[in-house]
Amino acid sequence: MPCWFRACECGQCISRIPCAGNSSGPYQDRRNDMSPLNIKKGSSSHSAYDLRDYHEQGTERHTLALIVDNEAGVLARVIGLFSGRGYNIESLTVAEIDHTGHRSRITVVTTGTPSVIEQIKAQLGGVVPVHDVHDLTTEGVAVERELALFRVVGKGDVRVEALRLADIFRAQVVDSTLDSFVFEVTGTSHKIDAFADLMRPLGLEELARTGVVALARGEIDAESGLN
Amino acid sequence: MKQEQMTGASMVVKALQDQGVDVVFGYPGGAVLPIYDEVFQQNRIRHVLVRHEQGAVHAAEGYARSTGRPGVVLVTSGPGATNAVTGLTDALMDSVPIVLLSGQVPTFMIGNDAFQEADTVGITRPCTKHNWLVKETDRLASTIHEAFHVAMNGRPGPVLVDIPKDVQFASGTYMGPDAAQTGHYAPKVKGDVEVITSLAEAIETSKRPIFYTGGGVINSGDRACELLRRLVDKTGFPVTSTLMGLGAYPANGKNWLGMLGMHGLYEANLAMHDCDLMINVGARFDDRITGRVQDFSPSSVKAHIDIDPSSINKVIHVELPIIGDVAHVLEDLLKVWKSRGAKTDAPAVTEWWDQINEWRKVDCLKFEQTGSTIRPQYAIQRLEALTKDHPDRYICTEVGQHQMWAAQYMGMNDPKRWMTSGGLGTMGYGFPSSIGVQMAHPDALVINVAGEASWLMNMQEMGTAVQYRLPVKQFILNNERLGMVRQWQELLHGERYSHSWSEALPDFVKLADAFGARGIQIDDAADLDDGIKEMLAHDGPVIVDCVVEKHENCFPMIPSGEPHNKMLLGEKADTSNAIKEGGAVLV
Repeated sequence: MPCWFRACECGQCISRIPCAGNSSGPYQDRRNDMSPLNIKKGSSSHSAYDLRDYHEQGTERHTLALIVDNEAGVLARVIGLFSGRGYNIESLTVAEIDHTGHRSRITVVTTGTPSVIEQIKAQLGGVVPVHDVHDLTTEGVAVERELALFRVVGKGDVRVEALRLADIFRAQVVDSTLDSFVFEVTGTSHKIDAFADLMRPLGLEELARTGVVALARGEIDAESGLN
Repeated sequence: MKQEQMTGASMVVKALQDQGVDVVFGYPGGAVLPIYDEVFQQNRIRHVLVRHEQGAVHAAEGYARSTGRPGVVLVTSGPGATNAVTGLTDALMDSVPIVLLSGQVPTFMIGNDAFQEADTVGITRPCTKHNWLVKETDRLASTIHEAFHVAMNGRPGPVLVDIPKDVQFASGTYMGPDAAQTGHYAPKVKGDVEVITSLAEAIETSKRPIFYTGGGVINSGDRACELLRRLVDKTGFPVTSTLMGLGAYPANGKNWLGMLGMHGLYEANLAMHDCDLMINVGARFDDRITGRVQDFSPSSVKAHIDIDPSSINKVIHVELPIIGDVAHVLEDLLKVWKSRGAKTDAPAVTEWWDQINEWRKVDCLKFEQTGSTIRPQYAIQRLEALTKDHPDRYICTEVGQHQMWAAQYMGMNDPKRWMTSGGLGTMGYGFPSSIGVQMAHPDALVINVAGEASWLMNMQEMGTAVQYRLPVKQFILNNERLGMVRQWQELLHGERYSHSWSEALPDFVKLADAFGARGIQIDDAADLDDGIKEMLAHDGPVIVDCVVEKHENCFPMIPSGEPHNKMLLGEKADTSNAIKEGGAVLV
């Protein structure tokens, strides 16, 4: 069963902090035996609030593209909505895409149950400077890319090995000193994860990632918005 | 198009005039002095000086909810704006259109921790529908017009325009409301005809239907209320309403079941639980309504008419979601349903009414007034009896037990007559709200049903009421307790009444006297009618200190954590085991 919070992988707890891995730990899900007030009367019951069991529905990863007015505070409105309502942000990129009309595109990768994803989209649609909300995960096929820079420091064999692997991953060498390279890799997030894993034993000192940008492929049907 | 040059400050006043604003509630300060100077030099807009900025926003809410027009507030930077935050949040939760204009330190000082500087747009971002910091005088007028547009369109709500002092002093080009870009903000008002047709079909075949209406009907306007009444009368279906929607369907209408929800009527809640078709019109499945979500109306097909797409499927999954304005959707629904022959399953609906009438026999609001100690229900019942025939009556409430009793025992026969803080539950809402209502309707009877604790939260507004000679009637049910808190402590916390009593209360009669108003104390049931009549007869602000039974509980009640069909009923209710442990974490 997937853990509610990605940080902990024990599969049983609801903590943001990875727990010790045993279910009797301090972060155990106590929703079914809560007795915070230690009152004698009655037994446990369900609650009036929908303390939904987040394990019930599986979480999904969705890539959302928003077209917004590039005005002061627009990014704060969008991310404030996520934090204020307890939604997740896995990655976020933003840049102005129309310099005359002052429109920006915000690409958010988020996770949640299908109903939470629907709620996120509805809430985003209600933000005044947000013009369009596209769920690239459901609206047909989309291309996703992320760019990352890696500084790898090393001499001798490891340096050669790093260069060879970089070639396999079609990474560009964008800077070099006698004992270091800076590689540029473009690809899916998985590819960048994989390259980082390979570089780690070869002297990876630092890396920087842009976060995901995504675009729907093919011709978009004007009516349905699907490709 | 006229191209007029003027200062930012005069632009503010001109824009408000062009928007048809007649009253502004506000409080001056350093960062809004240029605007106040302009306010001084004109007569078209009346400015009401409140005694605290929270009071200004609540007064504007009262004004807005009783007129259907946006309420306008003018406050200074820093503390002026932060004091307004509670009011803005209240307006956001209850969908009240408010335009708040706040002063700000000059643009070149923003970020320098200047005197009375606060990040107003940052602080109010989550508690407004939208807000703007205007940095150029040329954009000021269009921004204010856009603010009115956003506040009034779609689901109404509060907006804020933050205006730095240098922008108020500088000159720029004025732009009228018609020329202003109200942008792309144009929420959909027409509902999907296919879903509306499905709803019409459901109306034809339903055996146990119910209308569940909310504040959205009133926000949509008088036409929506009229259409709702027509639809209810034509179908003969029962109708219940949330706290916010009282008055959309008249309380003396024959299909009226009373309010539903946590302290709603037995018959309304049971009808919600057992119905087979629930037509939600402009309500949002609030947790005060649904109780335990898993058991909420388990066997019904649900339709939801709402202008806000994010309200749909947020709490309760509905089969027939209709995004649109209530008036537009009801109009189409009536048209479609009539064109199909205006049919219902009348025999089944009659049977359904028989069942509802069985539930009604429980008489869940029954109580007995014996002895001289006034029971709060009795006080409200008498207040209702003595004022219900008034041709122009408005009721405000604070928050707590008295609010629920007012909702249960007072009947609202028209929309926009009932002002209460529903979503946020803001104690201290009622008094300033009553001031706003009275400003909008100078000759009306405006009563604020209050508890002594709530009322004290914004009692400084007595000064406003006296200054503007607003004859608001403050009907305080004084039980010297935070009644609802006390009730929960009794039901759930082993009768340990932690800090839920009011000690060192003022003498309300002397307090009224000190402000130059009239004070009346009623402490005997035999004197109640005379006291109320005295209150009504006095032409001026009145505080009634109605001393009531201290340990009354508000029933009926759905204990938190329970579904609709497990209500606690008044007198005979077994409260000893009412709220189970799982419900204890809830509010």
